[in-house]
Amino acid sequence: MSDCSAARRGGQHPSTKPPSRLTCHGVTRRILKPRAETPALLPERFNAWFAARGWSPRTHQLALLEKAREDRSALLIAPTGAGKTLAGFLPTLVELSLQPIERETSEKKSLVSTGRSVQRSGGLHTLYISPLKALAVDIARNLERPIAEMGLPIKVETRTGDTPVSRRQRQRRYPPDVLLTTPEQLALLLSSDDAPFLFASLKRIVLDELHALVTSKRGDLLSLGLARLWRLAPQMRAIGLSATVAEPDQLARFLVPQPDGKETAADIVVAGGAAPPEVEMLDTRERLPWAGHSARHALPEIYELIKANKTTLVFVNTRSQAEMLFQNLWSMNDDGLAIALHHGSLDVSQRRKVEDAMSAGKLRGVVCTSSLDLGVDWGDVDLVVNIGAPKGSSRLMQRIGRANHRLDEASRAVLVPANRFEVLECHVAIDAIAENAQDTPPLRKGGLDVLAQHVLGCACGEPFLSDDLYAEVRTAAPYADLSRPDFDDVVDFVASGGYALKTYERFARIKQDKEGRWRVANPKVRQSYRMNVGTIVEDDMLKVRLVRSRGGGHGKAGGSTGVIARGGRLLGEIEEAFIEGLSPGDTFVFSGEVVRYETLVEDQVYVSRAHDKDPKVPSYMGGKFPLSTYLAERVRRLLDDARAWRGLPEQVRDWLSLQKDVSSVPAVRELLVESFPRANKHYIVCYPFEGRLAHQTLGMLLTRRLERARARPLGFVANEYAVAIWALGDLSSMIRNGRIDLNALFDPDMLGDDLEAWLAESALMKRTFRNCAIISGLITRRHTGEEKSRRQVLFSTDLVYDVLRKHQADHVLLRAARADAATGLLDLRRLSDMLMRIHGRITHRELDRVSPLAVPVMLEIGRESVYGEAADELLAEAADELVKEAMDRSG
Amino acid sequence: MRVSTVTISEVTFAADLSGALFWEEQRLLVVSDLHLEKGSSFAARGVLLPPYDTLATLSRLAAAISRHDPRTVIALGDSFHDRTAHERLSSDNRDAVAALQTGRDWIWISGNHDPMLPSDLGGAVADEVAIGPITFRHEPTGACGEIAGHLHPKARVSARGRFMERRCFASDGMRAVMPAFGAYAGGLNIRDVAFAKIFPKNGFIAHLLGDRRVHAIAASRCS
Repeated sequence: MSDCSAARRGGQHPSTKPPSRLTCHGVTRRILKPRAETPALLPERFNAWFAARGWSPRTHQLALLEKAREDRSALLIAPTGAGKTLAGFLPTLVELSLQPIERETSEKKSLVSTGRSVQRSGGLHTLYISPLKALAVDIARNLERPIAEMGLPIKVETRTGDTPVSRRQRQRRYPPDVLLTTPEQLALLLSSDDAPFLFASLKRIVLDELHALVTSKRGDLLSLGLARLWRLAPQMRAIGLSATVAEPDQLARFLVPQPDGKETAADIVVAGGAAPPEVEMLDTRERLPWAGHSARHALPEIYELIKANKTTLVFVNTRSQAEMLFQNLWSMNDDGLAIALHHGSLDVSQRRKVEDAMSAGKLRGVVCTSSLDLGVDWGDVDLVVNIGAPKGSSRLMQRIGRANHRLDEASRAVLVPANRFEVLECHVAIDAIAENAQDTPPLRKGGLDVLAQHVLGCACGEPFLSDDLYAEVRTAAPYADLSRPDFDDVVDFVASGGYALKTYERFARIKQDKEGRWRVANPKVRQSYRMNVGTIVEDDMLKVRLVRSRGGGHGKAGGSTGVIARGGRLLGEIEEAFIEGLSPGDTFVFSGEVVRYETLVEDQVYVSRAHDKDPKVPSYMGGKFPLSTYLAERVRRLLDDARAWRGLPEQVRDWLSLQKDVSSVPAVRELLVESFPRANKHYIVCYPFEGRLAHQTLGMLLTRRLERARARPLGFVANEYAVAIWALGDLSSMIRNGRIDLNALFDPDMLGDDLEAWLAESALMKRTFRNCAIISGLITRRHTGEEKSRRQVLFSTDLVYDVLRKHQADHVLLRAARADAATGLLDLRRLSDMLMRIHGRITHRELDRVSPLAVPVMLEIGRESVYGEAADELLAEAADELVKEAMDRSG
Repeated sequence: MRVSTVTISEVTFAADLSGALFWEEQRLLVVSDLHLEKGSSFAARGVLLPPYDTLATLSRLAAAISRHDPRTVIALGDSFHDRTAHERLSSDNRDAVAALQTGRDWIWISGNHDPMLPSDLGGAVADEVAIGPITFRHEPTGACGEIAGHLHPKARVSARGRFMERRCFASDGMRAVMPAFGAYAGGLNIRDVAFAKIFPKNGFIAHLLGDRRVHAIAASRCS
């Protein structure tokens, strides 16, 4: 069944919220008024169509029609399977169907040459924006049916990166009524000379999966595109389609122009009535692992679940987990169940094949990653299995919603924790779902790097005045608070780099004319903008090929003269960042087997089959999303409330009780720090529960401080729940005799100088800066007319970062990178909140051995990457090997 | 501070953390591949890199000079990023170069980026310079006693899933390739075949520029 379905007649109709007036942020908004009769909302042609299919329109579908009639923008919040897309398009279909006569005349969309300028008439009626181009294509297909069956004179087309140039040109001259596209393509269209013609007639914009779009820089880009559209087409109204979010009022702001200094929001329509999901945790018969993410212990049980249901979606958090699980399931697939694999690194055509088999009902199970979090509905999924940590309650609810093809039936889901801490996380996630508690992140503050890209795009179209563009940009919700100095800095950056040293005026990319209007300096700038539009900076991927080993002992790398047979079977692609951390001879899991890293030539990684059972280097790089603040809080509350442990599996209860006996269980607001010796080293383990990213940053900063306290730290490891640091110095006695003051060690002032000093060399910060440099257009992903071999580096953004930081620390790009660091890879904001929370509330337990709670993170040592300050130590270690080798040889 | 050394044809040089070599007996300081005005060179092509690279490079050079107080300074080629780069030097930077040259001999060796050095920069211009057993030239030929630049060696060392990548001197005791000194000068991994041609047998040592000292690591240990 397609996403354009409506409720079956006679079924339970979802109801909207009761009529009321809600006041928030001082703005009064109308919530849907129920209407006794609605025939006028839906023309006869449509009623007949619904009836012929045995359907009747759903309440929220009619509600959106009413919003359209009242000329209001609206945010529809609806679960998957609620006929969201049809609801979004109904106003457009109805409007276009009602204007046949008027349209007859405007049908003559024409291109008339009048000498130099071209005169045209007729533009778009409706734009549809989706985060996935595949989704746009599917929606187009699904729209064709009602249009054909009702005989509506409506032309629908898609425009994505895959659309041939000829069709794109035609679309700009003879636009369809409805165009389905992506945020990037919208930006491109807006930067073209045709924009005023294309969009002046626009009546409506439909933004699909809005909850997903607004959490990234793509949302920033889209918001700026919207601001431009409001100026080109003031009559345009927006419809946002979204899953349930924590702050719908904030999301609704995205859809309407923000007036100066005030907040205003679109009306909200909630499609209610979905049955609450049935979620349970797998009550495993096996022993629960202490650590790890593979859930290997539960494999037979997962297989049984697939076997017992019609179609099961098995979600995991990373690509490598997906690979591993898929291999393992097939190794026990005695019944020959049709089980498929779906993740982002697979070839597009292969993914589409899986999706098609799925819609055709041919599959019993699909192992997938967040690659299937979004997209069209697949009908007959009757069970969702989520392996590992749920990370966040909203995220989990959206996944579970994938198993919901009928609103009046409950979605069913089974959570499979892969270790003991994940049991706690799953437990609180189930509670959160029962309360329908949402934890989607707050609306982003728009990035200055994205703004820079937009400013350049604007200059590629019609010339603009700074005052006008500043006012326009601030109508976009994420940029409503943008200051004028920030805006001016961005324009200055786009023009000549924004440097205090004004030496690049003659190289300016955009220039002001006599009236002060900015325009691009030359056509090459425009071309370069077009080739680099967008905010997705992909990881550099390398091809992995399997070759025969050149022999050599364990871990022994061949010399630079080593020759390896080229060619070899292509296994797939892997992140360059992962390979960079390997030495030749290191082993890791790829595509379901343990392989040995041999060498890297150009963009090809050569590996050989290793016969080791366990890889030396873990390829689990952690999920993309850290544990949500909300679930973390609930986990801490659960730990603090021993009575609530009754709901936990016995193994976990025993584990926590033992912890209580030998150490202590952290209270909600406090931070537990344990110290203990182990194998000639001294450890401290703390439990902030703030997610891996914030913990990595914390670990870096703590190691720095311990180094200064002469505790001689050697390294640390961080997971979602805890940080463990080990040192040569006797940490316990240092804490005892006051040489280490824990309150001072965890003082929030570590976010001052220590952080600054660390940021100077942090690889994560440099990567953040690189992303900003690419998005802002400082450097380009693709050059015009230049095909550089990918490994031929012209300059390194790391070097640019170093120089800029030293000579103009307040440069707009560094400001953009710091803003990203607050929420991105370094998660500084969360770390800062935590340090404030626990300040003066540290409980220290001096132990003689590792505590039960510490076991999981201690087990990660050697599995997770080890971090440490000490670049020199790492190099010195390698240098010592040379000395040893020399000694051995002489000895 | 511990002094790290690199020995070439039995002459011992102090390896400066900045990427310079200092020959004590001759009071001679060598730096290579300054690539001055690389930033403005890119700017002319529309890539507006921060215009502080020349200042950054000259500041580091000034610091190295004040550490060693050399009688002679050799800039081992590619001192300027392109043929007209010297015309784009700001007057401040031009003055800074003149200040560095005061009271000492200065030799610009020409490189492929700056084959036609002008005479108004101060100092002498040469294609190569030989002092005792040592020959200084821009492009390495692999000859004994040769100190060259051009290749911008860098090395990567990995351990336990982490890696460090740094500029380095590459040397096998008979010849050496110097790291690039310029702030925006990128690097070429020493495992590249270009290095195998210069160091024909038995491998060579990478002297990596760490934060506090120079680390000697076998090239075969690098990745």
